[in-house]
Amino acid sequence: MSPPVQASTEFALRCENLHRYLGQGEGRVHVLRGVSFAARPGKVTAIVGPSGCGKSTTLYLLGLLDQPDDGSIWIRDRLMSNSSDLDRTAARCEHIGFVFQFHFLMQEFSALDNVMMPMRKLGRLSDAEMADRARALLKDVGLGDKTHRLTTQLSGGEQQRVAIARALANQPAIILADEPTGNLDVKNSAIIFDLLTRLAKENGQAVVLVTHNPDIAHRCDEIKPMRDGEFC
Amino acid sequence: MSTNLRIALRFLTARKRSMLMSLAGIIFGVGFFIVTQAQTSGFEQFFIKVILGTNGAIRIEDKIQATTFTLAAAGHDPDASKFEVETDRTGRKYIAGVEDPGLIIEALRRFRNVAGASTVLEGSVIADSSFKNDSAKVYGIKLEDHLAVSDLAEQVARGHGSLDDFRTTPQGLLVGKVLADRLLLSVGDSLILQAGTEQRRYRVSAIYVTGVSDIDKVRIYMHLGEARSLLKKATGASFIQVSLFDRDRAPQDAVQLEEILRHGAKSWQEREVSWLNAFKALQVSAALTVSTIILISGLGMFNTLAMLVIEKTKEIAILRSMGYSRRDISQIFLWLGAIVLGIGTVGGWILGFAVTYGVSKWPIHITGIFTAETFQVYWSINHYLIATLCAAVVVMTAAVIPARRAARLEPGDIIRGTSQ
Ligand SMILES: Nc1ncnc2c1ncn2[C@@H]1O[C@H](COP(=O)(O)OP(=O)(O)O)[C@@H](O)[C@H]1O
Ligand SMILES: [Mg+2]
Repeated sequence: MSPPVQASTEFALRCENLHRYLGQGEGRVHVLRGVSFAARPGKVTAIVGPSGCGKSTTLYLLGLLDQPDDGSIWIRDRLMSNSSDLDRTAARCEHIGFVFQFHFLMQEFSALDNVMMPMRKLGRLSDAEMADRARALLKDVGLGDKTHRLTTQLSGGEQQRVAIARALANQPAIILADEPTGNLDVKNSAIIFDLLTRLAKENGQAVVLVTHNPDIAHRCDEIKPMRDGEFC
Repeated sequence: MSTNLRIALRFLTARKRSMLMSLAGIIFGVGFFIVTQAQTSGFEQFFIKVILGTNGAIRIEDKIQATTFTLAAAGHDPDASKFEVETDRTGRKYIAGVEDPGLIIEALRRFRNVAGASTVLEGSVIADSSFKNDSAKVYGIKLEDHLAVSDLAEQVARGHGSLDDFRTTPQGLLVGKVLADRLLLSVGDSLILQAGTEQRRYRVSAIYVTGVSDIDKVRIYMHLGEARSLLKKATGASFIQVSLFDRDRAPQDAVQLEEILRHGAKSWQEREVSWLNAFKALQVSAALTVSTIILISGLGMFNTLAMLVIEKTKEIAILRSMGYSRRDISQIFLWLGAIVLGIGTVGGWILGFAVTYGVSKWPIHITGIFTAETFQVYWSINHYLIATLCAAVVVMTAAVIPARRAARLEPGDIIRGTSQ
């Protein structure tokens, strides 16, 4: 375990000077050019910017799904950017909830099973406790009566709500959402956004979301505009 | 139930049809492996039973030419003789027959593994029934001794007539079924045997069937005393037939007996080496042939799992993003292999057991080196274990490669690829 480089318990998540190149050979692109950023518990941050500016890339790095070519990432004061795959995997399980643009759910599993999946990996609750918590979460997102539906039997908005419930399952300190309302209608977008922010505030979680929707962005605590791989 | 197993079970249903094909392959592979092994070793065991029941476990014949000590010394004090054992086998000279069978039998009694010993005087004769004549071999025996070293009683029971008649009739003969048929003999008929100038009349007390046509067509058992006068050999014996408690120790025992008794001793394994090797070769080749079924279903399994990894990359990325490790991912795919393997082997056992049982009731008529009325099978847990091992190696090897590939996938790459 590495000692905190700069003690700053205020932050749930922090990164400094992130650089990321993507592609090979001729097609190699300098996608992120020194991104620095911090997210506080209980606060919602919106990352906005034109398509292709590097928002998703930033989020994947922050979610420890990808590794930066340069720069540092701290999760609750713990330097994660150069730790092992196993450590980053464990940190994802415990501290990070990810909501993807396309409701990434497990096919062949019920809504309840999907929400229980991260809890099963964490293994802190009994089977009954996990099921209770998953049911409560699904109720929070308004799917209390559809817990046993297979994901294929849910609408896009419903699937995205299951994904949110799943992201909240292990009570992570950080919720990262990549255009969570990107392919939903206005009404559903509002529902999803309200849900995310409400639950985050209640639990004191740091939320970082990418959005193209100016209405949503303006309702966040902080807006970080991005262009060409940098915050501006 | 472990979470990875739970996920594996759900993934299993994603490619139901090709999984079922691989499963069927493993069931048939394991099942047929068991059946062919049960059969080939069934015939081998039957052959062994027949040769032990006719010619015994060890045959002692041909005296080794004495060099440094006498037979008497060896017979009375086998331990002492060990110190003077001649090691040079190639330079050894043999004198045909056993000079003093009584002495040898007495010495044999000291061996713990020896169950019985019977003195046999063998000679060639011309057998003359009122219709035909044919050459034959007479075996002069002491009935009770010989019953202890062979299945003669059972062989007579399979033919005609009774041992009691032979026991009480000095001129009685036990004639092999094939020879009796050839000479048109039935129980109670008389028969003239001619050896050299000597010619005597005998009576068929019983007709026996060993099932080994080479024996049934030439061998005639008679009382040892009668054989001595017919063949004009007042003393000695052609060989001594020995039965053992533990037949598997025959080769070692034969070596020991040879050194101590100063007579050539041959175990059944040595006498029948070419047949036994043929059975072994048959068994191995059947195993190899049937293993290809398992191998092919292993390839099918590999293909199915490799496709599943591609089909489930998104799921793999989701699991990884939720905190499932590379090891969890590879475990899920190994579980898939293990589930198919488990069901496949148990199914294969049941199929193998059922077919083996069915085949054992199958009436066929085999004659040749032995005679059998049904397919011979030998039940051995080893056939099941070897089939299982074979399937486990093939299926798990087929699962390891896709599992490792699945574990190597980078969640970031997958998600970037799909969300773009
Ligand atoms: N595999 C890749 N090879 C090369 N360039 C890539 C690759 N993946 C993404 N990019 C580029 O990286 C940039 C940032 O992508 P992304 O982070 O997805 O943008 P955003 O989410 O802001 O729309 C884009 O210009 C994209 O073309
Ligand atoms: Mg994006």
